[in-house]
Amino acid sequence: MSTRAQTLFEKVWNRHVVVPESHDTPATLYIDLHLIHEVSSPQAFSLLREKNLPVRRPGKTLATLDHSTPTDPEPAARTIPIVTAAVAGQIQALQDNCARFGIQLYDLGSEQRGIVHIIGPEQGLTRPGMTIVCGDSHTSTHGAFGALAFGIGTTEVAHVLATQCLLQNKPASMAINISGRLADGVSAKDLILAIIGKIGVQGGIGHVIEYRGETIDSLSMEQRMTVCNMSIEAGARAGMIAPDQITFDYLEGRGKMPTGARWSELLKSWQDLSSDNDAAFDQQVDIDVGGMRPMITFGTNPGMVMSIDDCIPDKGKDESLDKALAYMGLEHGQALLGQRIDIVFIGSCTNARISDLREAATLLKNRKIAKGLRMLVVPGSQAIKKQAESEGLAQIFIDAGAEWRESGCSMCIAMNGDAVPRGQYVLSTSNRNFEGRQGSGARSILASPLTAAATAINGKISDPVELM
Amino acid sequence: MIQTISIIRSRTVVLTNRNIDTDQILPARFLTTTSRHGLGPHLFADWRYDDRQNPNKDFPLNQVDPAKYQVLVAGDNFGCGSSREHATWALLDYGFRVVISTQIADIFRSNALKNGLLPIIVEQEIHDRLTEHAGEFLEIDLQEQTLTMANGNIVEFPIDPFAKTCLLDGVDPLGFLLQQEAEIAAYEKSDS
Repeated sequence: MSTRAQTLFEKVWNRHVVVPESHDTPATLYIDLHLIHEVSSPQAFSLLREKNLPVRRPGKTLATLDHSTPTDPEPAARTIPIVTAAVAGQIQALQDNCARFGIQLYDLGSEQRGIVHIIGPEQGLTRPGMTIVCGDSHTSTHGAFGALAFGIGTTEVAHVLATQCLLQNKPASMAINISGRLADGVSAKDLILAIIGKIGVQGGIGHVIEYRGETIDSLSMEQRMTVCNMSIEAGARAGMIAPDQITFDYLEGRGKMPTGARWSELLKSWQDLSSDNDAAFDQQVDIDVGGMRPMITFGTNPGMVMSIDDCIPDKGKDESLDKALAYMGLEHGQALLGQRIDIVFIGSCTNARISDLREAATLLKNRKIAKGLRMLVVPGSQAIKKQAESEGLAQIFIDAGAEWRESGCSMCIAMNGDAVPRGQYVLSTSNRNFEGRQGSGARSILASPLTAAATAINGKISDPVELM
Repeated sequence: MIQTISIIRSRTVVLTNRNIDTDQILPARFLTTTSRHGLGPHLFADWRYDDRQNPNKDFPLNQVDPAKYQVLVAGDNFGCGSSREHATWALLDYGFRVVISTQIADIFRSNALKNGLLPIIVEQEIHDRLTEHAGEFLEIDLQEQTLTMANGNIVEFPIDPFAKTCLLDGVDPLGFLLQQEAEIAAYEKSDS
């Protein structure tokens, strides 16, 4: 056994190598937890059927409905009307596949259903040191627990179903060292947007990022999930944070987490899950959050981002910025504070956890959203929905004039009935401001739940600090 | 089933945009399918068609015959964003066999290689030449890992050796994994 200093990523990787990488072949990596949903799994199950293969370890895969599943409840029946026949077919396919292959499904009507990256941690299934994959790029979310978690394509979903393994070349490593204290009104969302702005949307290609430093140490698990969630928006394979007492406190007694002696064993096995002091990273980036302000995007990828009180960059050589601004209906040099907004969306695997809803509710309490503005608040899971209702948060949103929904991906992916009309501006707590992402011709501006709430109240982009 | 690749001789279509994400390649509203087939007509739908679903004449894909233009040259960081393999299926269904860029996003590259769409990374100066000569006839030899341009210049490109074997010989990575049954079982035994 080598005694060479290792990064957190290397430790988790090494523990899961079934067959080592050679000159001619990638490593075979064992997968501890496989999450599936209705959109990226049907063709994987078709592959299994074509090859007459069983699912190797059905107990290590968990299914949920979130992407194309609508979030708009039928008030009388409390059921969810399915938007199109194609979506109905997709939901039916997942139900059939899970029944046939013996996979647990959090079905429509299940109190445990929710967005795939929200329910894993919520149910105590996401654990430090695990390998976790899903046919969804935001699988990086689970890295907040010190798991190696990454998105895969549908063919690889089939590989995991059939073999519980993946063929992988070992990625490079990047440390992002973060120091300083986040100011009031500045959240984990602002931090990750600033990081993406600094390293660029391609800055993490081929790398697993480890977020480290005093700022990270001080974040709650929910905030850490928001940071790791958007690692993919910097192009990274995964994002990780070393587990600590905050992680262990979050996990103890949660959902399916074992208790008693088995919990003590698990806890012991997680103690060395941090990068050794002299471990070498392929790249290092330092960020000081002192003076960081709430962040907003102005373009058509999450790297086109600035402080909320800044102006859009002047015209330069970057043709893609010109194209982005033409799509957004915005101009070089323009300030965005005060920009009129049509829709505010609070939701997605980035920012639909209970703490996000609590933050938004602090500003919306006893206030109304602006006249003519539409606001959707979509909890990340049915459990969060229930919690928010019992805490009175849901009523705050409803009283303010917002729509309160069933859980799901909703307007983040706009394939479930929730979409932004062409040309309209949406201030969104989700993760992608790509052209058309939130509806054909939609103009997306990404920000934190606090900024979303402040903007909803004023009907124009607003600095949340001024309402706090 | 992987389509094998040995030598591809075809012309290029150029999309100069940087950071073309998979939402552009195939918008999410087309992901409600349970099939891998038939996505070609929706490839780049929001760029290819206007609001009335008529072809946008300025868009490069609408100016050429897909059968003769099987190589897509695209700006930096092609395929970023969503992991949807549907993006790869749409490109293949339309008729593309090769994507060339200066950087290609990790998940997209992995998906492409598993379906017989060859992702090629080239240096910036080669990329500049390719974008300046849209429609150029290229010969791509996977065995030799070479790209021959119309002016006769030959450029080598990198490719993962295992992916190369799979593409050249039609080796199915799933079959390769299934052959490791003994090792996987041993790992499971030691880990439990």
